[in-house]
Amino acid sequence: MALDFDSARLPNPFITAEHEAWRTQLRRFIDTEIVPSAEDWDEAGHIPIELWPKAAAVGLLGLGYAEEFGGTREGIDSWHSWITNEELARIGVGGIPASLMVHGIGLPPVINWGSEAMKQAVAPAVLAGEKHIALGITEPGGGSDVASLSTTAVRDGDHYIVNGSKTYITGGMRANWVSTAVRTGGEGARGVSMLLIPTDAEGFSRTALDRKQGWWASDTATLYFDNVRVPVDQLIGTENQGFLVIMTNFNSERMAMAAGMEALGRVCLEEAVAWARERKTFGKRLADHQVIRHKIAQMKQKLNATQAYIRLCYESIENGNPNPGDIALLKVQASETMEFCAREAMQILGGIGYMRGSRVERIYREVRVNAIGGGSEEIMRDLAARQYGV
Amino acid sequence: MKVLVAVKRVVDYNVKVRAKGDGTDVDLNNVKMAINPFCEIAVEEAVRLKEAGVATEVIAVSVGAKPCQEQIRTALALGADRGIHVEAEGRLEPLVIAKLLKGVVDKEEPQLVILGKQSIDGDNNQTGQMLGALANMPQGTFASEIKVEGDKLNVIREVDGGLQTLSLSLPAIVTTDLRLNEPRYASLPNIMKAKKKQLDVYTPEDLGVSVTSHVSQLKVEPPAERKAGIKVEDVAQLVDKLKNEAKVIS
Repeated sequence: MALDFDSARLPNPFITAEHEAWRTQLRRFIDTEIVPSAEDWDEAGHIPIELWPKAAAVGLLGLGYAEEFGGTREGIDSWHSWITNEELARIGVGGIPASLMVHGIGLPPVINWGSEAMKQAVAPAVLAGEKHIALGITEPGGGSDVASLSTTAVRDGDHYIVNGSKTYITGGMRANWVSTAVRTGGEGARGVSMLLIPTDAEGFSRTALDRKQGWWASDTATLYFDNVRVPVDQLIGTENQGFLVIMTNFNSERMAMAAGMEALGRVCLEEAVAWARERKTFGKRLADHQVIRHKIAQMKQKLNATQAYIRLCYESIENGNPNPGDIALLKVQASETMEFCAREAMQILGGIGYMRGSRVERIYREVRVNAIGGGSEEIMRDLAARQYGV
Repeated sequence: MKVLVAVKRVVDYNVKVRAKGDGTDVDLNNVKMAINPFCEIAVEEAVRLKEAGVATEVIAVSVGAKPCQEQIRTALALGADRGIHVEAEGRLEPLVIAKLLKGVVDKEEPQLVILGKQSIDGDNNQTGQMLGALANMPQGTFASEIKVEGDKLNVIREVDGGLQTLSLSLPAIVTTDLRLNEPRYASLPNIMKAKKKQLDVYTPEDLGVSVTSHVSQLKVEPPAERKAGIKVEDVAQLVDKLKNEAKVIS
């Protein structure tokens, strides 16, 4: 039996022929429209703007969103999401899904909490790939500690006046809107609101953060708000309820990242096994050395555990009773698995794995952004401990 | 104009097929299946005819066991309007499939039938031609371009040494070559919609066809492994080997 990307996936009884049809078509789209240019885009530091409408046409951008906004929701479940995250990860260029799918974190606040007018103004354009939206939470003064953010929005008649800055914002340079966490009230979580800020507003500026360890294809920015006037009807949800908006966003983001990380680990396995079967040392294949065989088996062991855990969490979401603590720890499980697989694959590949252009080299560089972004391992464990009432 | 498109369920072209240990057949256990690439080109061409306003309805038909409904669904997701599944088990040879398709042609009376020139499993390249004979319809095989003009169909065929243009009177049969078009990907909304499209199931008896086999498969074995080459010392040795061993020059 081979250990390639597909055969190293455990069976899942929830996957139907329709799910497989989506995987087949999505993979064709990715292999035709993305993979041939993926490396060049990564080196260039951005993906072409034309990719968004193409991704919209195949149904990728609208997956899970209501039909009235141009999405596809009827008949869509968590297994479609898993397949989508897996297939996007399989490209092995993390900056591409990060940038292409950034509406996955920016748009849900608008869809779930925004006014009808706001939804109509934003969602169809974003899901058609014509406009772009980002999520602005982290600040230069602090990241995961959302309750202490310091960008302010002060009410002035029918406007808020926003001052402060946001950083490490994925898609920030391209965004037409930013779903932004601001302080509208007193200290702590209860003084936080979410505001939809258009990036053509006066007083808004941004700079690119283009020298990163990985995710080169993803545009990342620092955003500055200097007396930006935002109409009060751009409030997402009610005033001082922003913390809730932010928290409800996290489960799906963490699931998406976990699914992507496991798939990246599987790419590492696939590459390592292929090489171990080719390469000969000391008169036999690498794959015939016990030390290498054990590495491969251990990669598969950790991937198996992570896949089973992902399936359990998606199942709990399908059943309507997800446990945020379990999902937080799943993200840790996935990033540790990805880190392990990237390390072991690199050891098996040796020199060739260290050269740019190999998927393993890039995945190795992109472990940290996954282990930190969307909630660091430390924050995830702390959150889980609190969830479990420790 | 009604267009009938035949689609076949085959091993996905990315899969490296293996012979079964006992040499009776190809091992299909746990192997990814897909729509035959040439059939996909046929579906794409039919859908394009519909988009151009030439075709009014596109019907996708497949002959085989129950799972081939997955490939009909794929054709429906690509834009076919409804599907027909002729349920038949076992190894079906081209003549049987052509007879069953003839039954469907009699029922539906399409103006145009588009098939792949061959399927990538059997590589028989017979079904379209046999259907043409059985249905007494003109055929344009290995088409690289087709165009409907009134009650005529112009077909450009890829033949040895160039292109041949035929004018067929409709109804007619076309088999697709690789360069006829580049099939689209089915979008997620269309995959979901395809689940709801009409799919009728017929048995061979419904079509008045008895499934009898005229050909039996004796043995399936993998191709001989290629032996490693050698490096020649110089041009003289090369010429000598070409002359005396390979016998390709004299």
